[in-house]
Amino acid sequence: MNILAKERKVRELESKIDELGNKEVTNKLKLEIENYKIEAMTNLTSWDRVLLARHQLRPTAKEYIEYICDDFVELHGDRLFRDDKSIIGGIGTINGNIVTIIAQQKGKNLDENLKRNFAMPHPEGYRKALRLMKQAEKFRRPIITLIDTPGAYPGLEAEERGQGEAIARNLLEMSNLTVPTIAVIIGEGGSGGALALGVTNKMLMLENSIYSILSPEGYATILWKDVSLANEAAEVMKLTSYDLEDFEIIDRIIKEPLGGAHFNKTKTFQNTKQAILEELYQLRKLTGEELRDSRMEKYRKFGFFQRFNYDNL
Amino acid sequence: MAWYSETTTAKKKSKKDLWVKCKKCHSHIYKSEWEENLNVCPNCNYHGSITSYERINLLFDKNTFEELFNNISPIDSLKFNDLKGSYKDKYEATIKKTGISEAVVTGRGKINGIPAIVAVMDFRFLGGSLGSGTGEKILQAANYAYDNNLPYIVFSASGGARMQEGILSLMQMAKTCAGVARLNKKNIPYISVLINPTTGGVSASYAMVGDLNISEPGALIAFAGRRVIEQTIGEKLPDDFQTSEYLREHGFIDSIVNRKDMKDYLSNVLSFYNR
Ligand SMILES: [Zn+2]
Repeated sequence: MNILAKERKVRELESKIDELGNKEVTNKLKLEIENYKIEAMTNLTSWDRVLLARHQLRPTAKEYIEYICDDFVELHGDRLFRDDKSIIGGIGTINGNIVTIIAQQKGKNLDENLKRNFAMPHPEGYRKALRLMKQAEKFRRPIITLIDTPGAYPGLEAEERGQGEAIARNLLEMSNLTVPTIAVIIGEGGSGGALALGVTNKMLMLENSIYSILSPEGYATILWKDVSLANEAAEVMKLTSYDLEDFEIIDRIIKEPLGGAHFNKTKTFQNTKQAILEELYQLRKLTGEELRDSRMEKYRKFGFFQRFNYDNL
Repeated sequence: MAWYSETTTAKKKSKKDLWVKCKKCHSHIYKSEWEENLNVCPNCNYHGSITSYERINLLFDKNTFEELFNNISPIDSLKFNDLKGSYKDKYEATIKKTGISEAVVTGRGKINGIPAIVAVMDFRFLGGSLGSGTGEKILQAANYAYDNNLPYIVFSASGGARMQEGILSLMQMAKTCAGVARLNKKNIPYISVLINPTTGGVSASYAMVGDLNISEPGALIAFAGRRVIEQTIGEKLPDDFQTSEYLREHGFIDSIVNRKDMKDYLSNVLSFYNR
């Protein structure tokens, strides 16, 4: 039984309580549900976390921004082609800290998702992000990115307008920024499309978010020519926050409530806000030069390889 | 009976040895003519593949090339297995077959007298995929260019990020870009040459951010695969889609240069940076 089936069972039990009037009975049932949740939802598989990362009710970037920021002004457009609505960006204040926020925005329903292109940016989305990052640097504002995308959009026009170039440019420019940068993966971290907002001083991940080079479905197709083995692919891919912490690719895991972020959004936002503020406090101690050099140094260390001896050939 | 089968095998063997069939116009070219023409079709100018060392020989003045960072090879950190076996077995067999230890050869030399450092990807090594070791060599070569104030040229030929190394491969995109970004600090020229094919993660990192982006004629340069796009949008794509000519037309490539002219082209543009 995967996490979604378990969640359905919890909801079913909860709806039964509402129909009852007897306080003694309902309290007993509530306790039973809590116990079931603890038992069923603590040891999650990698595939469970994939399902939670993509959950219909999972909070999206806008909800985080609304809670975390005291105020927020959205800014539009890349100044070159158009405004890509899969990425939102703007200026906001977090506990008095003025920051630039750039986020990939999923929809809550089909209409919204069509407008947001399922949070799959075109090149102009990445170029809008870069424009706002450069502006943040001009005014010495820290940059917070919220990552939640299945990937960069694979389409004719996206290729025509240089999807590869737009992503590459962001990787290069982000590594060079002289202001504090923090990325938080809040849902799906889909490959290059996520990385293009994720070359930062600090990389944070919500506990049940994922970060991978390819979707588990794509991986299963390549590995075993069978898309139905996506759940097994998720296990071998090392895509959970705990896997990535082991690789030291991320700096911090932000805890989620039992059952996932959507079971207690406020708690999730609180944890996220606190983590961002703590990291920001540390990064603010560094000079622009130190921020850039330490960021470059961090990325230069990624990867495992071995020394090779040609005599063994 | 014996006489007959002997001549047919001899004939078959000699035919395969003597002729090359062009992948584009399908004409049969004498192998000697094909090789003399640098693996380019004399009929249609199709640029066939060459190995990293063949390219290095074409590029550098005689006896000037010195290989660097050649002691790096992959490691199977994810314990990866697919239907064909383990990643470890695969790269060990590839190293034995190709004689190179990663998908890129790095070194320094002189191009018509101008010193430069190069990284030349080799498609024979796991499809030129970008793994941790590949990224490390490209980064170390960039750092060498930085330390020695030398222009940096990368020849890309790659199917994209190396799936067998998962997320670690993705990180190589950022790592290599950070390496070439640092060259800006010292105004060191970085030239990217995109060879057939340059796709996926490589086309979305160091290969696309040269001060100059150069390509050979007819090279496939793509972020998303043709089939994925056709499935997504449900229509057929134009024939020249994602070729170097298409990219030059749309503003992403500075120039398309024939293989035989590449050395002189590069030394000529590099000379502008030294004046
Ligand atoms: Zn031909």
